[in-house]
Amino acid sequence: MSILGTRVVRTEDPRLLTGGGVYTDDLRLPELDGAARVTFVHSPIAHARITGIDTEAALASPGVVAVLTAADMDDIPDGDGRPTTEPLLATDRVRYVGEAVAIVVTEQGYQGEDAAELVSVDYEPLPAVVDFDDALAGGTLLFEGTDSNVVRTGGEPAPPGAFDGCEVVVQRTFPNQRLAPLPLEGRAAAARWADGRLTLWASTQNAQLARDALAAAVGLDAAAVRVVAPDVGGGFGAKIAVDRDTIIVAWAAKHLGRPVRWVETRNENLLGMVHGRAQRHTITIGGSRDGRILAYQLDIVQDSGAYPRGATFLPGLTQLMASGVYDLAYCGAAFRSVLTNTMPIGAYRGAGRPEATAAIERAVDLFAAEIGMDPAEVRRRNVVAPEAFPYTTASGAVYDTGDYAAALDAVLDGAGYKELRAEQARRRDEGGPVQLGIGLATYVEITAGDGAGETSRVVVDATGAATVYTGSSPHGQGHETAFAMLVTDQLGIPMDRITVIHGDTDQVPTGIGTFGSRSLQLGGTAVHQAALQVKDQARDVAAGMIEASADDLELDTASGTWQVRGDPDTALTWAAVAAQAGPAGLAAAVEFRADSPTFPFGAHVAVAEVDTQTGKATLIRHVTVDDAGKVLNPVLAEGQRHGGIAQGAAQALLEEMCYDPEGNPLTSTLADYAAITATELPSFELLAMETPTTLNALGVKGIGEAGTIGATPAVHNAVIDAVAHLGVRHIDMPATPQRVWAAINEAKGSQMGPAHMRTAQ
Amino acid sequence: MIPAPFSYRRAGSVAEALDLCTEYGEDAKFLAGGHSLLPLMKLRLAMPEVLIDLGPVRELSYVREEDGHIAIGALTRHHDLEHSEMLARVLPLLAHAAGQVGDPQVRHRGTIGGSLAHSDPASDLPATVLALDATLVARGPAGSREIAAADFFQGLFETELEPDELLTEIRVPVPAAGAAGWSFQKFTKRAIDWAIVGVAVQGSAVALVNMAGTPVRAAGVEAALAGGATPAEAAAHAAEGTSPADDINASPAYREHLARVLVERALLEAQSV
Repeated sequence: MSILGTRVVRTEDPRLLTGGGVYTDDLRLPELDGAARVTFVHSPIAHARITGIDTEAALASPGVVAVLTAADMDDIPDGDGRPTTEPLLATDRVRYVGEAVAIVVTEQGYQGEDAAELVSVDYEPLPAVVDFDDALAGGTLLFEGTDSNVVRTGGEPAPPGAFDGCEVVVQRTFPNQRLAPLPLEGRAAAARWADGRLTLWASTQNAQLARDALAAAVGLDAAAVRVVAPDVGGGFGAKIAVDRDTIIVAWAAKHLGRPVRWVETRNENLLGMVHGRAQRHTITIGGSRDGRILAYQLDIVQDSGAYPRGATFLPGLTQLMASGVYDLAYCGAAFRSVLTNTMPIGAYRGAGRPEATAAIERAVDLFAAEIGMDPAEVRRRNVVAPEAFPYTTASGAVYDTGDYAAALDAVLDGAGYKELRAEQARRRDEGGPVQLGIGLATYVEITAGDGAGETSRVVVDATGAATVYTGSSPHGQGHETAFAMLVTDQLGIPMDRITVIHGDTDQVPTGIGTFGSRSLQLGGTAVHQAALQVKDQARDVAAGMIEASADDLELDTASGTWQVRGDPDTALTWAAVAAQAGPAGLAAAVEFRADSPTFPFGAHVAVAEVDTQTGKATLIRHVTVDDAGKVLNPVLAEGQRHGGIAQGAAQALLEEMCYDPEGNPLTSTLADYAAITATELPSFELLAMETPTTLNALGVKGIGEAGTIGATPAVHNAVIDAVAHLGVRHIDMPATPQRVWAAINEAKGSQMGPAHMRTAQ
Repeated sequence: MIPAPFSYRRAGSVAEALDLCTEYGEDAKFLAGGHSLLPLMKLRLAMPEVLIDLGPVRELSYVREEDGHIAIGALTRHHDLEHSEMLARVLPLLAHAAGQVGDPQVRHRGTIGGSLAHSDPASDLPATVLALDATLVARGPAGSREIAAADFFQGLFETELEPDELLTEIRVPVPAAGAAGWSFQKFTKRAIDWAIVGVAVQGSAVALVNMAGTPVRAAGVEAALAGGATPAEAAAHAAEGTSPADDINASPAYREHLARVLVERALLEAQSV
């Protein structure tokens, strides 16, 4: 029996769960002996001209090695000359609170904050642009030499007549709010310049991309840069490659000729790590009263933050996935990315796709409410039929495999949908304060959509042990377990004799890394293929040793030995075969590139109780089908679903990164930024469904972001459903108690309004 | 997230703590559990020059039944209040409210005296001792004095304590037989949060969490109850005389609404005890 598909406990966990993890700031390497500490001086103002920086007092502060500003960065290449280019340290302007203006380098970490307070920066405040409409109006421009704050557009508005023939058309504008990625480990870096080489240890999802970006930024050949990712405590997309602060730390080591290190505080993490989402959606959905959706348009304004980082491509993914699981006669989407004086936006778990799903799943519920039909039934009548795959959407996405109706039926069945509706009706009849809401979401998303491949090298040495070198380095997912399973499955070498090496560009020079739910389908397939090649090499070597035809040999994967089929007396161990293999040994390197992305899908049912007196919503059940093709290891897949659902529910209920109209962040500590915790969540009910893809040999798609994508609209819809009978059609996310209370009041008011008028007449 | 420089002194006894306080004057702050003070220091919102650590002062950790009241040492930790058998029997409101503070880590470090002296109107225990008509005992160079809870809280982070005084004891009268009913309602977004609004009820005494710059008694509710109002009728007066804050969690109007809802629930629950 294959080990694939079985519940193998994570081999990483004994180390990570007992404090054995070595994260960047834990590193105690001889190369980092005497490293100085970097402390950033951040802008306290959202938008201002810098008219002077006085570092004298800071330089005199105890333990200060250096105070560095943009003026000291004359040893790096100039930017690309575009007016909106993001500097490393701010030059003449700051554009968001938290932007790096200077660094203080001190002997000891605690000296840094004292000295940083002494760096005197003269700011000449400029009007801050925070609101979408102000930003679009362009009354204040963030960059000189531009005539608009819009940095990217895409797609088309709905053409005339797109909604002709619809009996019902619903239009609504609502935000998909700004979130903080909030990994447990914030950003951290250590760097050393020695012998003409720059080494950066950093908490990154992609050592190789980090190396290339860092080399370009500081003007070195990639060969002169080594990047090492030690244990990484979460990233959710916000640790893709390196950001400017990390580059500044590496540059400082080279500039000063002394090792330096930096670890951010939680406060800095909330303000200075990219934020996610931050879109405003206008949905228009039309169809017939019998539940057929005929046309859908999604118009997106993407808040880019102060510089065009991820916001140049993220809304494109939203646009690509706008139609969701539905077969629509017309579907269109358009976006505008606009600069504001806030933290730049980047990838965050789902990265553009959760936004698409949240928009259309809310739209479908609004449509269902308008025609008075059960939202499950509306979905069933409009999903892409199973025989339609591969299915090409209006936006050009090619959905590989799927059965959306089956996923919906499975989750409705698993949740006991009919009984839930009956319970809801009973509570409505009783009229008590605590009402029940049932929220649905069906979704499809794109994984491994980046078009790049992934590398692996599998080596079996003369001791019979295997080593896997992979370009896909984990930040909590369990790659070591997964990739070892793939090798043991093919080679029969026990998992405890398989080492997985990743995240060091000297050991793995080429690779892409972990994001976009790509690791198993690309990195894993590469490992699988390399193992197969090693197996073929070993078969030939063993055949020579036994003096038998290679065709007659078999590998007994239970014992990990080669033998002539049916003749255990001829058995050869991996060690013996590898020893015989010659200087090159048993080794194979593979770069696997899929022909096209895969499209996982699923359906979620969220059940929420809403206290209609206080407005507080409590998620009491969450049932999901998340079909990502074949499951390699249910323990790992369920872990991804659990975390994803939690983060998805958090967006629906609690989390929002807020700025005031002057661009001051209001949620810069964990007392204010309401990250969800276990006490706010029920045990999740995960149902199994596997529809393999044909795009890789393992039949796998990505599971890393699915939970987040499905959970947000399901939970959001559940809260609204709980108060729908009171006349509420929509509540913006996060559906905080105050917002729910206000929505109930508003619905009461609008229902009372006409009655009062009638009375007056 | 690193505090500004400060000197650190440990006090082994109340007398030593007072001596140190006299020595350093207004530059010094007492450190009890630290779960309010240290975060403010890390954010550099508080920058005391001297910290006088009361950790070793174990003489102020006790719950004792005395003549008609319960005496609680100011350095008794929330966890010990939560699990005190005596409080569970005689002052269940206080035991329960202490169990609602923060999370287990906070309750194992935080102290009742630290919480009261910090005077954050969003904290659970100030309103609780106000509802319980507690008397707070402060000791200074001139000896001890008693301060009624109603007089103790002066504003956000401001109390009646003089800079050279240490809060040493909280005396809570044992509720009369007819006033045994109690309730504590804490409304939060997340379990770990400070209350957006809270209500402490003991008998017909009603105090509000986070409805003004200090914990406040819901005088309108109490008057209505005294006049024979039902819980629902009395609760309609919950927001009278309050001045709730406007922040990202709640507008003043929403807080006023919550106060009415929570007071009604609290009164009904107290009636049923």
